Amino acid sequence: MSAHHPHAIGGLPPEELPQLYLNGVSRAFEGFKAINNLSLVIEPGELRAVIGPNGAGKTTMMDIITGKTRPDTGEVLWQQTVDLTKLDEADTARLGIGRKFQKPTVFESHTVADNLALAIKADRSPWATLFHRADVAEAARIDELLGIIRLGDKRHRMAGDLSHGQKQWLEIGMLLAQDPQLLLVDEPAAGMTDAETMLTADLLKSIAGERSVIVVEHDMEFVRALGCKVTVLHQGSVLAEGNLEMVSAMPEVIEVYLGR
Amino acid sequence: MPRQGLIDRRLAIFLLGLFILTVAVPVGNLAMAGKPVPTYLVALIGKYLCYALLAVALDLVWGYCGILSLGHGAFFALGGYAMGMYLMREIGARGVYANPLLPDFMVFIGWKHLPWYWWGFDHFWLAAIMVLLAPGILAFTFGWFAFRSRVTGVYLSIITQAMTYALMLAFFRNEMGFGGNNGLTDFKDILGFDLASDGTKVGLTMLSAVALAGGLLLSRWITTSRLGKVLVCVRDAESRTRFLGYRVEHYKLFIFTVSAMMAGVAGALYVPQVGIINPSEFSPANSIEIVIWVALGGRGTLVGAALGAIIVAAAKTYLTGALPEAWLYALGALFILVTIALPTGVLGAVETGIGRLRRRPAAKEAEA
Ligand SMILES: Nc1ncnc2c1ncn2[C@@H]1O[C@H](COP(=O)(O)OP(=O)(O)OP(=O)(O)O)[C@@H](O)[C@H]1O
Ligand SMILES: [Mg+2]
Repeated sequence: MSAHHPHAIGGLPPEELPQLYLNGVSRAFEGFKAINNLSLVIEPGELRAVIGPNGAGKTTMMDIITGKTRPDTGEVLWQQTVDLTKLDEADTARLGIGRKFQKPTVFESHTVADNLALAIKADRSPWATLFHRADVAEAARIDELLGIIRLGDKRHRMAGDLSHGQKQWLEIGMLLAQDPQLLLVDEPAAGMTDAETMLTADLLKSIAGERSVIVVEHDMEFVRALGCKVTVLHQGSVLAEGNLEMVSAMPEVIEVYLGR
Repeated sequence: MPRQGLIDRRLAIFLLGLFILTVAVPVGNLAMAGKPVPTYLVALIGKYLCYALLAVALDLVWGYCGILSLGHGAFFALGGYAMGMYLMREIGARGVYANPLLPDFMVFIGWKHLPWYWWGFDHFWLAAIMVLLAPGILAFTFGWFAFRSRVTGVYLSIITQAMTYALMLAFFRNEMGFGGNNGLTDFKDILGFDLASDGTKVGLTMLSAVALAGGLLLSRWITTSRLGKVLVCVRDAESRTRFLGYRVEHYKLFIFTVSAMMAGVAGALYVPQVGIINPSEFSPANSIEIVIWVALGGRGTLVGAALGAIIVAAAKTYLTGALPEAWLYALGALFILVTIALPTGVLGAVETGIGRLRRRPAAKEAEA
């Protein structure tokens, strides 16, 4: 893993450094600029909502942060020291970036408990997993996670048998199991009932503080419930930033997104 | 996560069957008057068991990790060639040209010296190591490049097929020093045991059964470990697995290499029993046939793969004797039939059938 120090700010203690720093990031797909000169700063423990019309580049932004997609230009820094553009998905995961996909993705032919066990932070090398033995601490952690995502009674069910909303929860549980410092959560409320949506908002709010969380969501009730700073993305760059009342009153935001 | 038992019911039944076979073969062939188990049958059983081990090896990568290798025949053949080289050297001065050092085919093409890569193959232990190393190194090197560049799916299948095809062409060449299109043959004995004797044949068959049992147990141990669960994650949602921090390419490389070595062992046991190894073992069609065995028996079940190999090989023996022209059509038809009618393979179908039979009497009792 390569650690670069292009912007190490001398003297500042690490908790003062931004958790994530994007500056002038662009990425084109066959000439189409999915991300266009995007800049974004996320503080440690911050909860941030990202909204924007379909195709605004929200998912692509997450792809860039996690090393799935390489930007053409721009900086992506982790705690101001690690250059994320040099890393791949497994590296960024090991660094402490957890991700929930837009389309819920769980391991369908494993049980709910196994899905969580496989996500729990541990040595990921083949050697370690070959000789791994489940222990009491791991079992306790699984119980705890099952409690949080309220799937305790589904523990031995195959993940493939869960409903869409339950899969969303399981994936959130897997995200927590990884014990990440930054959570990228792409449309968590899709397929959930209103009650479940509000529970998800509460859960994300309680996670933030200790960890940074970026949530992409189209559901405005959900974003309102988060009660955090909102970034509006449009055509690959930031159109507006501020609290929800402020951005939703801006004419350009209404025009490209909210008004439709 | 609780670890599944190493030996489940399925494996227990199969191992019991194998055990009965390893008792019945020597008793029936060597100890009983009138040979109720004729020697030709002993040799056939030994051959089928090698195929079964090869099928288990493929199931490990295809059934559990989603790597559809269409080149596993190459690893089998390399293991076979390593053993064949030992068997050639073991002939010594008993060859047609009575050259104590050079195998007949080298004398025939006018070679004066033993090429360096044949050195040491007069030692069984070296050959035994090479049986594992040759396929293992090929699989590791191939996998290193393929998996790191994230070649997956059909593209990976195609390059595995190209790999075995390229090796076939290479081994056809006399200058390679592996006997060209005739391959290696006319073996006399192995570790001093006459290959033509019934005792040696029975011994090799029993050894093949032991190897198959060992291969099944090793595979089961791997697939029930957490690593085995990660393999299934890679098979079902590769990208998700990466985002959890698993280096997918390392997992693929591990299982691909282990599988290739297992295939090599199968090839090494096969060659002394059939008495020949030639480049046709590398032919793409052979590798495709392995896939058919696994699909037919039941992918991702290990035992099913072994059964599939035995069923198809037995059908092939029968049909190529009865209606030689019909074999390929029969194989194709069988494959289509199974993929349409038995998506979980023969093993899956049998187990569902047994489950139904069990439930029926239970239901009747409940009514009464
Ligand atoms: N790998 C890719 N190849 C080509 N085009 C891509 C790729 N990834 C994203 N795009 C394009 O980039 C644009 C931004 O897509 P992205 O998925 O980031 O949007 P989004 O904001 O997440 O939208 P949605 O709200 O619909 O999820 C889209 O036009 C998409 O087609
Ligand atoms: Mg998206």
